[in-house]
Amino acid sequence: MKKLMIGNEAVSRGLYEGGIGLVSSYPGTPSTEITEFLATYDDLHSEWAPNEKVALEVAFGASLAGVRAACGMKHVGLNVAADPLFTLSYTGVNAGLVICVADDPAMHSSQNEQDSRHYAIAAKVPMLEPSDSAESYAFAKAAFELSEKFDTPVLLRMCTRVAHSQSIVETGERACPDPKPYVKNGAKYIMMPGNAKKRHPVVEARTEALAQFAEDCPFNRVEMGGRGIGIITSGTSYQYVKEVFGDSVSVLKIGMPNPLPRQLILNFAKQVKKLYVIEELDPVIETFCRNIGLDPVGKSLFSPIGEYSQQTIRAAFGFKQPEVVRADSEAPARPPMMCAGCPHRGMYYTLAKNKVTVLGDIGCYTLGAVPPLSAVDSTLCMGASVSGIHGFNLAAGKSAERKTVAVIGDSTFMHSGMTGLVNIAYNATNSTVIILDNSITGMTGHQQNPTTGYNIKGDPAAKVDLEALCHAIGIRRVRVVDPYNLAECDKVLKEELAAEEPSVIISRRPCVLLKSVKPQPPLTVDAEKCRSCRRCMSLGCPAIKMQDGKATIDSTLCVGCEVCEQLCAFGAIGKGGEQA
Amino acid sequence: MKTTNIMIVGVGGQGSLLASKLLGRLLTAEGYDVKVSEVHGMSQRGGSVVTYVRFGEKVYSPIVTEGEADFIVSFEKLEAARWASCLAPDGRIIVNTQEIAPMPVITGAATYPSGILDELTAKGVKIDALDALSLARQAGSPKAVNIVLMARLAKYLDIPFENWLEAIGKTVAPKFVELNRAAFTLGYNA
Repeated sequence: MKKLMIGNEAVSRGLYEGGIGLVSSYPGTPSTEITEFLATYDDLHSEWAPNEKVALEVAFGASLAGVRAACGMKHVGLNVAADPLFTLSYTGVNAGLVICVADDPAMHSSQNEQDSRHYAIAAKVPMLEPSDSAESYAFAKAAFELSEKFDTPVLLRMCTRVAHSQSIVETGERACPDPKPYVKNGAKYIMMPGNAKKRHPVVEARTEALAQFAEDCPFNRVEMGGRGIGIITSGTSYQYVKEVFGDSVSVLKIGMPNPLPRQLILNFAKQVKKLYVIEELDPVIETFCRNIGLDPVGKSLFSPIGEYSQQTIRAAFGFKQPEVVRADSEAPARPPMMCAGCPHRGMYYTLAKNKVTVLGDIGCYTLGAVPPLSAVDSTLCMGASVSGIHGFNLAAGKSAERKTVAVIGDSTFMHSGMTGLVNIAYNATNSTVIILDNSITGMTGHQQNPTTGYNIKGDPAAKVDLEALCHAIGIRRVRVVDPYNLAECDKVLKEELAAEEPSVIISRRPCVLLKSVKPQPPLTVDAEKCRSCRRCMSLGCPAIKMQDGKATIDSTLCVGCEVCEQLCAFGAIGKGGEQA
Repeated sequence: MKTTNIMIVGVGGQGSLLASKLLGRLLTAEGYDVKVSEVHGMSQRGGSVVTYVRFGEKVYSPIVTEGEADFIVSFEKLEAARWASCLAPDGRIIVNTQEIAPMPVITGAATYPSGILDELTAKGVKIDALDALSLARQAGSPKAVNIVLMARLAKYLDIPFENWLEAIGKTVAPKFVELNRAAFTLGYNA
């Protein structure tokens, strides 16, 4: 069947047809939909794991037991899963194991733009890299066989423009191989030094065999055109090259960036006059070319920063760009922001008001950093708020403890905040950790997690009791507040900052975008009573703006959270019907 | 045949993903090679969003860059100005006259520019402006702005009206089909 699919749906279809029996993942843009689409099938097990390391270890277990398994994660998720990855390279697999990792060049929704290909090289595992949805489907489907043939986990590298671009895919039928029997084999699966020493040579031999395979595998292909220019390219860059050059140049399209095909590249280089390497992010293919004695033009012409496009390539080659009309007026930036009625806003307002130093974390609530709230001081990686505040307070001393908090979402706390909290209790700082519990994984588009009480299919599941968990970790002071209640937030924050022991404040209210959350009637401003003090504007709510000198509330956006009403000293904000 | 380049721009949450889904499905059914590129995640939280739709005999790049767009369908007025540089010399901007203030305007750090459309028109840009929000409300829901604007685009594309209605039936949830078809008809005839 022919269907227009985003790359991530195509990956899921390929894995499905390839006989996947289990997928375990942690959501992360731009990888999330791979697992969401797999969860729509009932003849396989799908789940959200608390983090990527757990997910990969679950997939390992399934592979060991003889069932084809996969996981999906964003590029930084692979940092979390790196520990099992590197040793999985030594153990190899029983049934096929595929790790889908999605890079985010240009950082549309990420904190860095690391290049996952380095992981394939460092862990010595093969990596496939599709350049559109049809290839995403085909490569994903082929990945299980590759994994089993070479006894290795396989990395499937996506990037935003492949993961979230739709193109046409011709799908086929699912073919599930019989589960492979599990046979106890300590020499292969128990990676203690004596065994691991014997496995390392196996890994090196496998890399050589894979390099040989790469020379004429179906993933790499040569498209000979004009011989004046030869371009080695991969992933989405291939599409931009073809867009600009069509068949006027020769192209070596790399679909398997690790290991790279030495002889194929040398032969290609010999047939063209001038050699270019066009690859987004780091010079991985280019460096390989240099190591085998070639001197291509690469990063001297193309930046290692951000995404490319046909425009990038035209500019680099000095081609004429299309004529452009520009508006004279500068369009004001439109940065993302917390939604109207976002439960995080009340807590951030309280933190900003109290001039608290805030170690932040990864999620929608990173948006507490943008003006006018500007309430966040740092954002590093998943869990770093909770671990970081401990170090910050130790270094900055007692006075810092009274004006510093960590903020972390419920899903991020499950992912890697818990261990930091154990450290706070165990190594004793009077740190205050605020769990922004909106009962969902928000930023990635509403995935369930262990605190929500539902699994990936939306069926009821065990629900982590955050209060009991914090108590069990050794935190005695655990408070729960409603972030829509500003007076309560302020009181509890002051008390916990003053406490001479560590504490956790759970700021609990579900995300307003959840279907289960019914919006309340919108509020209105009584222009007679409004004194134009702009206090309500300090919330940074997209529903409130000043018009003709008075605050007004956009009734299409307002969900009636009443936080602004609590701020107004003149009683100007209220439910429409209550006004005189 | 030449590839046609369309950009759908607007504010996160305005329904541009559904519009591109409809367009992608329809163009695929019409037998074109199609690529659609969207952005998910952070930018959907009220930020400026852009979706690219390209169709023709063979499409390579999934994105549209400066000076290439045959059509820019802007769900919001300011966004039309932001992305105007992507318009091809003979391209056309279809724009909803609705204004949504971005946060720097709300906080007073910037002002919402006035007269943007006149300015672009003066530079020779072909602009087709309409109050899509009113038409959507007339059809039954302010959320149908996306379908109203797709209807306006439909007037410039060589695809029969009935095929659009059919594609709507296959794209939106059954209970919203009637509403969206009404919105499409209003937008098409406006």
